Amino acid sequence: MEEVLSKYKTVKADEVQVWFKAASVLAFPTDGGACVKYKDLQIAVFNFSRLNAWYACQNLSPEKQEMVLSRGMLGDQKGTPKIACPLHKKTFSLVTGENLNGNLDPIAIYPVKIEDNFVYIGFSE
Amino acid sequence: MKKVIVVGNGMVGYKFCEKFVTKEGSEKFQVTVFGEEPRPAYDRVHLSEFFENQDAKALEMAPRSWYEEHNINLITDVRITDIHRSKKTITSANEKEYAYDYLVLATGSSPFVPPIKGVEKEGVFVYRTIEDLEGMLAYAAKLKVKNPNAKAAVLGGGLLGLEAGKAVMDMGLEPHIVEFAPKLMPRQLDSRSSQVLQLKLESIGLNIHLSKATNQILGDDGYITGMEFGEDDKLDVEMLIISAGIRPRDELGKTCDLDMGVRGGIVVNNKMQTSDPYIFAIGEVALYNQMIYGLVAPGYDMAEVAASQIIGNIEVLMPAEIDMSTKLKLIGVDVASFGEPFMPASKGHSIIFENKTQHLYKRINVSLDGKSLLGGILVGDASDYNMLHQVFLNGMPIPEDPAQLILPATEGGAFGSALDLPDEAQICSCENVTKVQICGAIKDGSCEDLAGVISATKASTSCGGCKPMVTDLVTETLKSLGKTVKNVICEHFEYSRQELYGIVKAKKLTSFNEVLDACGTGHGCETCKPLVSSIFASLYNDTPNKEDVTQDTNDKFLANIQRNGTYSVVPRIAGGEVTPENLIVLGRIGKKYNLYTKITGGARIDFFGAELNDLPAIWKELIDAGFESGHAYGKSLRTVKSCVGSTWCRYGLAESISFSIELENRYKGLRSPHKIKGGVSGCIRECAEARGKDFGIIAVEGGWNLYVGGNGGATPRHAQLLAEKIDNETVIKYLDRYLVYYIQTAAPLMRTAAWLDKLEGGIEQLKKVVIEDSLNIVEDLEKEMQFLVDAYECEWKQAIENDEMKKRFSHFVNSDDRDDNLVFVPLRDQKMPKLWEKEVKEVTL
Repeated sequence: MEEVLSKYKTVKADEVQVWFKAASVLAFPTDGGACVKYKDLQIAVFNFSRLNAWYACQNLSPEKQEMVLSRGMLGDQKGTPKIACPLHKKTFSLVTGENLNGNLDPIAIYPVKIEDNFVYIGFSE
Repeated sequence: MKKVIVVGNGMVGYKFCEKFVTKEGSEKFQVTVFGEEPRPAYDRVHLSEFFENQDAKALEMAPRSWYEEHNINLITDVRITDIHRSKKTITSANEKEYAYDYLVLATGSSPFVPPIKGVEKEGVFVYRTIEDLEGMLAYAAKLKVKNPNAKAAVLGGGLLGLEAGKAVMDMGLEPHIVEFAPKLMPRQLDSRSSQVLQLKLESIGLNIHLSKATNQILGDDGYITGMEFGEDDKLDVEMLIISAGIRPRDELGKTCDLDMGVRGGIVVNNKMQTSDPYIFAIGEVALYNQMIYGLVAPGYDMAEVAASQIIGNIEVLMPAEIDMSTKLKLIGVDVASFGEPFMPASKGHSIIFENKTQHLYKRINVSLDGKSLLGGILVGDASDYNMLHQVFLNGMPIPEDPAQLILPATEGGAFGSALDLPDEAQICSCENVTKVQICGAIKDGSCEDLAGVISATKASTSCGGCKPMVTDLVTETLKSLGKTVKNVICEHFEYSRQELYGIVKAKKLTSFNEVLDACGTGHGCETCKPLVSSIFASLYNDTPNKEDVTQDTNDKFLANIQRNGTYSVVPRIAGGEVTPENLIVLGRIGKKYNLYTKITGGARIDFFGAELNDLPAIWKELIDAGFESGHAYGKSLRTVKSCVGSTWCRYGLAESISFSIELENRYKGLRSPHKIKGGVSGCIRECAEARGKDFGIIAVEGGWNLYVGGNGGATPRHAQLLAEKIDNETVIKYLDRYLVYYIQTAAPLMRTAAWLDKLEGGIEQLKKVVIEDSLNIVEDLEKEMQFLVDAYECEWKQAIENDEMKKRFSHFVNSDDRDDNLVFVPLRDQKMPKLWEKEVKEVTL
């Protein structure tokens, strides 16, 4: 399991080497999430329409190592966009990846861009 | 051998003897006791019991033989008239002289008879001795021969006066209490407790007249006929008992020139010594701290001090502050006061619980910092007295919320009594968080609200089962610190669920964003989103398909997420009734999709290990075979469990199975603050365990008994009886009303038992609302339920028939691949998810 976790590393905007064209914006629910497969990675992508913003993070819950974050619920904590894991409602910042209601390891965050109604996720390799 | 003479053989005089003879060294003394009354000391506190049995022996503190056994010379029916201090002797009324080394004056007190005109009339008594009582009895007997409805009054509404009132009742006369002060027991009780006591006493037949100053005793031929309070203000009575206070019997002190108090009483120091070091005074004759203590307990303490001093244990002294706490039963009513019963607001805070319908009053006074108990008053129920008195005496710490000391304990309440738990109580067993950690986080100021406490302690972040208790603890702790607690949903809504429910309904809001824009801030979260969804469901019976992104994960995918991210599938099997054909269908589907299969506690079948992508296909097959959603994933009706009832059972009184199916089908899909379970039993053997459900129906001769507010789970509760012997239609009518009322007013994730606990007035109030329609709402409640019943639609059927809705049941948005992270291991011919890392070490299969 440890090796699954080690595959996910936050990618900063200036570290992007590959913009992966994931799917049409229409494939993603408004104010919800869906999971994108890229190589052997599972990436949760969220369309936070109230903020007019898109976010991406690892789909892997760092708590129990299950691929479920994309099925979680979007929200904000004092303005910080966050995702609540569907298993035990652990919440993570979609900006920093930090666990907001516990001391789990942070989740990996990936850049997202929208071009011609397509969702692209940024990877460093 | 030194000589000790005790003058007075009342309760305190006796107690001196008792204490003295048990002390080491007492054998060097000869004790002689003089009693003025014909009999040895008796229990004056329980004097009114004499009227019940007229058995003077039963009241004796000790029989004469006791004095003999302890070598005490008891001389009764003899009054002592003089003390000759210079030669250390006393003389008795019969002119005998006795020498002493130490003299103990325990002469007590006599009743105070106010100088009222006519007070000397026949039929006016005082209440002090058994002889007084015998006189009253004889007089009352004569009165009753003349007039069976004769009235008697007691002058004085203090402790002793009320005792005398009981005596009057026991004598079979119409009792009246006349008190000069505007309240009963003015020295022990505050106005409110006094009123409660008054109500109680009136309810058992005492007539009470307050603020009455008696001008004169009216009479005819030397016999009392009434009391006059003022012009045209009279009370006709044929007997009067005066109980207007006491005066110390201090004549002996006066005549031998001991130091006396201005208004009587022999002055003593903290050794109980008078101004003559060989003469001691104890009990109601002693003036200590410039006070006469009219209670037995301080009198006994004085006896101990005097006895110790005479024996030579000179370190035993009377404390400077004397505890005046008392607890007694007055005419069957508990009355107690301790510490400072009255307290100015500048010294502390009072917490008052009053329930006039039950004649209960409890008041405690706590210090301004809320840390110590200063005193209190109990009327109607003094069962807490001992504990409170201990806490007060020992300066023991009191709960964060001192109200816990006197609030009626809620019966096994899951939430009402959270603060009663010991500090070490484990509240969140997942995260191992104790009560003291939760309350402490608030008290030490490191957290200021529920979210803060959860974040700091991790309590309730795992399974969430303890969330209501954590919420309660935080709320109660905040309250105890004097902070106002508004039960708001989360940072996005400054409302309670009930308030938001009202807003959504009034403004006819239909989407989460509308609600947020109308009355919230920010963008929502995992707390408010499912809550608003649940309100929509309750109001409009919207299924989760309509706005799936605001649903809790189970509702979102219409299935219970399991620990590895797979789901369980539970079709409805109403009442647990299933045909063999349908069982075969279920077996085929379970086999086809390789699902772990188990019978649930709700008598239906649960398939586990279904992958997200397979859910629509599995449900299509189920629906094609005639099944529908079982709502096992929702905060909604789960099952109505049933026994087979009179259909098969030889004991059954009614068709429980048909009724349970009818009820399950009526309420299926009903969304509520928490899950709802029902049960129907065909007889009182209760095989369906209906009383462990949110609603339970049990057949009895003559109809159904309807119970509400039960549950199993962490805090099992038996449902309480709402209505008896009602027919099917009435059951449904009451259930409709009860369920909608619960849905409208409960807090999120609050089951019916907890809701009923919190409902002011509990089950009785619920009966008023649901049966008597005290709020005039039952018509609306019924209408609302009928709307919800009519609006029911199987949400799985909806989902599989709509491609847009079906879209969410795919693990990847850009691939048809399955989640390759899933690993199952074999288990007893079936499968289970691979254990979570840390569990592998702990569990062996």
